[in-house]
Amino acid sequence: MLEAILVITVLAVLFGLLLGFASVRFKVEGDPVVDQIDALLPQTQCGQCTYPGCRPYAEAIAKGEADINQCPPGGEATIHALADLLGVDPKPLNEEHGVHSEKTVVVIDEQVCIGCTLCIQACPVDAILGAAKQMHTVISSECTGCDLCIPPCPVDCIHVVPVKDTLQTWKWPYPENPVESEEVS
Amino acid sequence: MKPRLWHFHGGLKLEGHKAMSMHEAVVQADIPRRLVLPLQQHIGEPAEPIVEIGDSVLKNQVIAQASDYVSVPVHAPTSGTVISIEDHPVPHPSGMSAACIIIETDGKDIAIETNTTPVDYKNLEASALRNLIREAGIVGLGGAGFPSFIKLNPGPDARVETLILNGAECEPYITCDAMLMQDSPRKIIDGLLIMRHALNIDKCIIAIEDNKKAAHTMLVNALREDETSFINVIQIPTLYPAGGEKQIIKVVTGKEVPSHGLPIDVGVVCHNVGTAAAVADAILNRQPLIERYITVTGDAVKQPRNLRVRFGTSVESLLKQCEGYDVQQCIMGGPMMGFELTSQSIPVIKTTNCLLTSRKKYHAPTSMPCIRCGECAKACPAQLLPQQLYWYARAKDFDKIQDYNLFDCIECGCCAYVCPSHIPLVQYYRFAKTEIWAMERDKQKSDIARERHEFRLYRMERKKVEDEERKRRKKALLKAAAGDKTTEDDKKKAAIEAALARVKAKREQQNSQAKNVNEEELTEAQKKAIAEVEERRIKAREKQQIKIEENKEESGSS
Repeated sequence: MLEAILVITVLAVLFGLLLGFASVRFKVEGDPVVDQIDALLPQTQCGQCTYPGCRPYAEAIAKGEADINQCPPGGEATIHALADLLGVDPKPLNEEHGVHSEKTVVVIDEQVCIGCTLCIQACPVDAILGAAKQMHTVISSECTGCDLCIPPCPVDCIHVVPVKDTLQTWKWPYPENPVESEEVS
Repeated sequence: MKPRLWHFHGGLKLEGHKAMSMHEAVVQADIPRRLVLPLQQHIGEPAEPIVEIGDSVLKNQVIAQASDYVSVPVHAPTSGTVISIEDHPVPHPSGMSAACIIIETDGKDIAIETNTTPVDYKNLEASALRNLIREAGIVGLGGAGFPSFIKLNPGPDARVETLILNGAECEPYITCDAMLMQDSPRKIIDGLLIMRHALNIDKCIIAIEDNKKAAHTMLVNALREDETSFINVIQIPTLYPAGGEKQIIKVVTGKEVPSHGLPIDVGVVCHNVGTAAAVADAILNRQPLIERYITVTGDAVKQPRNLRVRFGTSVESLLKQCEGYDVQQCIMGGPMMGFELTSQSIPVIKTTNCLLTSRKKYHAPTSMPCIRCGECAKACPAQLLPQQLYWYARAKDFDKIQDYNLFDCIECGCCAYVCPSHIPLVQYYRFAKTEIWAMERDKQKSDIARERHEFRLYRMERKKVEDEERKRRKKALLKAAAGDKTTEDDKKKAAIEAALARVKAKREQQNSQAKNVNEEELTEAQKKAIAEVEERRIKAREKQQIKIEENKEESGSS
C-alpha cells in the first residue's frame, strides 16, 4: 500500500518536473494562430475590414471579434483558406466591406501632382516616392492596390489601373466543360 | 554490339506523318521585308535592347543583350534598319503581345565584320567556352529554350558521366532534327565534341528513334575512327514521348531522374542535336544563332518541307513559301504539345520547330464524365496518376494536387489522347500549374508588403520616440539655459558692486589724503575756496551716484 503511494507520488513529481521543464524550454513566443492567420491575408493593408491593417484583423479573428469574410482583396480564396485553418464553415464575402475585384495598382499623374506629400503619409507600404514640392511617383511593384492614397490627394491626380497580364503572369484558363459541369450541378 | 536499352513507363505508338515533309531538300527561306524579334525567345529574363529606332544593323550584330544570368542575347538575323521596338504578338499559347525589335530588312544581308577564325576550344577553359556559347545566343532548340550555357555548367559538386544528344524527335509531323542530322551530321558531332570538352567528360551518346534510319546512318558514317570509342550513336524504339528529357535518359541509361530533380542529379546532361549544331557554328564558324531548321507541314500546305529560317520571319511568309492554302488552323510545335496560333503575323523564334497546318479547324470533342478506366495512368510516361490530378485540378484543390506530383507532369498529352471520355486533362494540369505559380507569386508579394508595412509601423514608432526625446532634450536645455542666466546676473551684480566698492574706497582715500598742500600754510581765503570746491565735488559725485543707481535699476528691470 505504502509502496504504491510512494511510487505514484514519485512518478507524479517526476512528470510534473518534466512538464514544467518542457513548458519553459519549449516556450512558444507570441501567438502562433495570429501569425498563421496573418500569413493567409493578402497584406494589402487597405483597412476595408475596419481594422487598421492586416495584422490587427488577424488578431481580431484570433480573438473571435471579427468574422473571416471581411477581406475584399483576399476574396473567396482567403475566406476558404481561413475557414480551413480555423476549422469553420466558409461563408460568402461580406459585401459591407467591399467587393472582390481584379488586382489594381495606382499611378500618379505626374503633370498634375503638386508635391504635397499627403499620399506618401497615407501609403501603408511606403510605395510612394517623393518629397515636399517635388513630383511624387508610385513604385508599382510595391503597390498593394489599397487605394488609401486616393482620398487625401487634394488635386485628384492618383488613378487606379488594373495590373496587366504579362507572359510570365498569364494563367491557363479553367477548361470549359459543358457536359460535366451540368452533371456536377 | 547492340547497347542495352531500357523502357519508360507508358507512352504511345503514334503514326509519324514524317515522310511528307522529308522529300524536299532544305533550302534557305526568303527573308521578308520585316523581321519581328521578340526580346524573350528563351526561358528566363527577356533580353534588353541595345539598339535604337532608326539604327542600321548588320547581320549577326547583337541587338539585345542578356539582362540576367538566365538570359541570352538576341542577334540581328540580317542587315537592315530598326523601325520599331514595340509590343507585337509573340508565339505563346495566350496569344499575347510582348516587346519585340522590328527590323526592316534591306535585302543585302551584309554581315558585321568579326573575327572568324575558329576557336581552338581544346585549349580553352570551360567557363570561356560557355561564355562564347552564351554570347552566340544559344538556347535549347528542342522546344523548351533553356539557355544552353547553364546546362553546360553542372557546378563544382556535380559529377557528370554521360552527355546525351537527343535526336529522338518523337512528336508526329516534325522532321527538322531528322533533316539536320541528315544534312550536317559532322557539324552535330563537332558540337558534341565541344560540349564534351566543356563538361570534361568522356562518354557521349547520340540517341535517335528507329524511324529515322537515314539520319542514324549519316551520323554513324560521319564519325571518325578515333571517335567511335567514346561516341555511341544508338537507335531507340519509336515511342512517344521518347524525346522527353527524363524519358530518353531512362531509355538510354536506365536511370530515373528523381521527382523535382534534374538530369544532373543522375550524372547526365542532355542536349538537342540542333543545339549541338548551333554550338559548332558558334565556336568553329563564329556564327551566332540567327536561323534554324523549321518544318512546315500539314494538309493545308501544298509543299510540306523543311526550311532554314531566319528568326523573326512571320508564319504568314513561311506558309506562303510552302504554298499554303485554305489554312484554317496553324499549330506551332507538334500535334501533341504544340499550341494554336492566333495570328499569322506571329514570328518564328529560337524554340520554333514546326508549323503544323490544317484545312479543318479542330474542335475538341465534347468531354464526358470520367469512367475511371485507368487508361491515362497506363499511358503516363511520368508514372503519375492522371485521374487523381484531374479530380484535384477540377476541384481547385491545389495542395492535394501537389501531393500527387503535379510538377512532374511533362504535359505530353498521352493521358488526354487515350481518354475515352475526351477529357482535356492536360489543360486541367496546365491550369493548376499556372494557378499555383500565381499563388506563389502573390505569396511572395504579400510577404514583401507585410515586411514593408511592419517596417513602416516600426519607423513611425521610432519617429514618435525620437520626437519625444528631442522635445524632452530641448526642454531640458531651455531650463538649463534659464538657470545659467540667474547665476550670470549674480556674477554681474557682484562685479558691479565690487567695482563700486573699489571706487568708494579710492574716493575715501582721496578724501583722506589727497591733499598735496600743507593746510597750515594756507590762508583763510584759500581754505574757504578749497572747501567750496570740495562741496561742489561732493554734490557732483552724489549726482553721479544717483545716475548710476538709476541706470542700474533700469538695466535690472529690463
